[in-house]
Amino acid sequence: MTTTPVKQKKRGGLREEFRNPERRTAYYMILPALFIILVVAFYPIAYSLYLSFHQANINVVGNFVGFQNYVLMFQNTEFLEGLRNTLIFTVVSVFFEFVIGLAIALAINQAFRGRGLVRAAILVPWAFPTVISAVMWRLMFQDQVGIIQYAASTLGIISDPILSSQTLLLIGAILVDTWKTTPFMALLILAGLQTIPGEVYEAARVDGASVWQRFFRITLPLLKPAILVAVLFRTLDAYRIYDLFWAMSNRELESLSTFVYKGVRISQLNFAVGNAASVFIFITAFLIAIFFIKGLGMQTSTEE
Amino acid sequence: MSAASASTGRGGTLNSALFYVFLVVFVLVSVFPLVWIFKMSIVTKAELFESPPTILPNTPTAASYGTIFADPSFQKALINSTIIAGVTTVICLFFGSIAAYAIARLRFRFKSIVMTLILAISFFPAVAIIAPLFIQFRRIGIIDTYLAAIVPDVVFALPLTIWILVAFFKELPFDLEEAAKIDGATTIQAFRMVIVPLAAPGVFTTAILTFIFAWNEFLFANTFLFDDNTQPVTVVIPNFATVYTVDYGAQAAAAVVVTVPLVIMVLIFQRRIVSGLTAGAVKG
Repeated sequence: MTTTPVKQKKRGGLREEFRNPERRTAYYMILPALFIILVVAFYPIAYSLYLSFHQANINVVGNFVGFQNYVLMFQNTEFLEGLRNTLIFTVVSVFFEFVIGLAIALAINQAFRGRGLVRAAILVPWAFPTVISAVMWRLMFQDQVGIIQYAASTLGIISDPILSSQTLLLIGAILVDTWKTTPFMALLILAGLQTIPGEVYEAARVDGASVWQRFFRITLPLLKPAILVAVLFRTLDAYRIYDLFWAMSNRELESLSTFVYKGVRISQLNFAVGNAASVFIFITAFLIAIFFIKGLGMQTSTEE
Repeated sequence: MSAASASTGRGGTLNSALFYVFLVVFVLVSVFPLVWIFKMSIVTKAELFESPPTILPNTPTAASYGTIFADPSFQKALINSTIIAGVTTVICLFFGSIAAYAIARLRFRFKSIVMTLILAISFFPAVAIIAPLFIQFRRIGIIDTYLAAIVPDVVFALPLTIWILVAFFKELPFDLEEAAKIDGATTIQAFRMVIVPLAAPGVFTTAILTFIFAWNEFLFANTFLFDDNTQPVTVVIPNFATVYTVDYGAQAAAAVVVTVPLVIMVLIFQRRIVSGLTAGAVKG
């Protein structure tokens, strides 16, 4: 068996790439996973895009209608409400998750007693299925037996039942999401913090840098890659919010994803418009990711 | 005392006291909902409606759990969830470990394209493909079968599986594998005889994470499974709000039953899970 020189960096032809036994094996090993992903995720996206320009329902694909489905979508008040709720929810919840998560990560980035307990507390909300935590919080918001409703009305903060007000439901959803995912954000930022060598701080301390200077000049810049990954991840996750709204509000609070779901699965008259909204979510989510990668300089490659 | 107070010097005791207050608040907030829902699940109906609510249950009762477990649809849902999450985990580990091994260990040209493509899936809004998948699944007749949930679950869990496994595989000793190859083992043999046993702990952690991911999935199950013979707990429990309208104790009990196994699993394997999660997110 002949082996190619290890240091060979020249770009050989595709043919050569496949003649090398190690490389060929690598392609064979990756192909099944890649195939599944392409067939079940990327092909449907293309099909979805195609459908969005046609008159379509669940059974037949009709005539080409250009952008008509998108025009109808933007005229739909439920869609606009879902868009508004989704944007508010995403911006506010990711903001709080980031600020509180960063504070927690900074606080626990040291050896202390009870670390295990804190780590467990971090993971408990994370491990809950989102719909089940929605059910739990719904029980606590409930106006007859809910502890939060009781506490909030006793303290005079609110007078309306939480579950019958759209505004309070949206605030509640932000609260639940912050509760559920801040610990996870903290965990990701903490992992980033632990890659910063301690000597950097020592040197800064010797040079007389204050706590705040050390934070803004050392910690934040060195933490930027970890923060960007965590925030992008959470932003896209919040942007497609579905299960929390659906289960906590008992289908009343609209988001972009619940709008798609209702169109595709429940009303079916709105199938084409719902499908157009799903393409809208995909494209805007893609733009958000591009913004993070190009606009904010996020690193995407994990190669050496 | 602790490293925290030692390094802060003057005012260290005050700082560390504040620090522990902060930690206690954080831990309490994190676990409060589960504790409170547990309390709601073990009180009598009369006590549940008391105002002001009792802090500790007066006369604990398991009546709500009796109601829930006597419900055949709940039992069926638990089994369905186990099947869907279990099969998803097995399929993901099979394809995922093969692909992850190639990415972590072998040299080939399109590695970064492959990784970007896989990563793209974890940023992908799943709701964007429910319409075409619904049409296709109806065409091939798998709506309301386990397969309709397992297939999309696998696709969305695979990137997670691959990503975490790549991080674990990169840490394994390369030399041993080389030695095996010099002794005449093929790439596949080297993988099976050397890497698989060494990688077992990492693979196990990945299995836990994939299982939790699939167990918690809701959107696909709620779209493709409308038949309660195949619906998992994530779909069935929210519907309890209409089945057990004012039996809030039963709803609480159902939520506890579904989360407690996850919480126990997380508590036992917390160290591994944290390393797995962060390996997937931060450069390994």
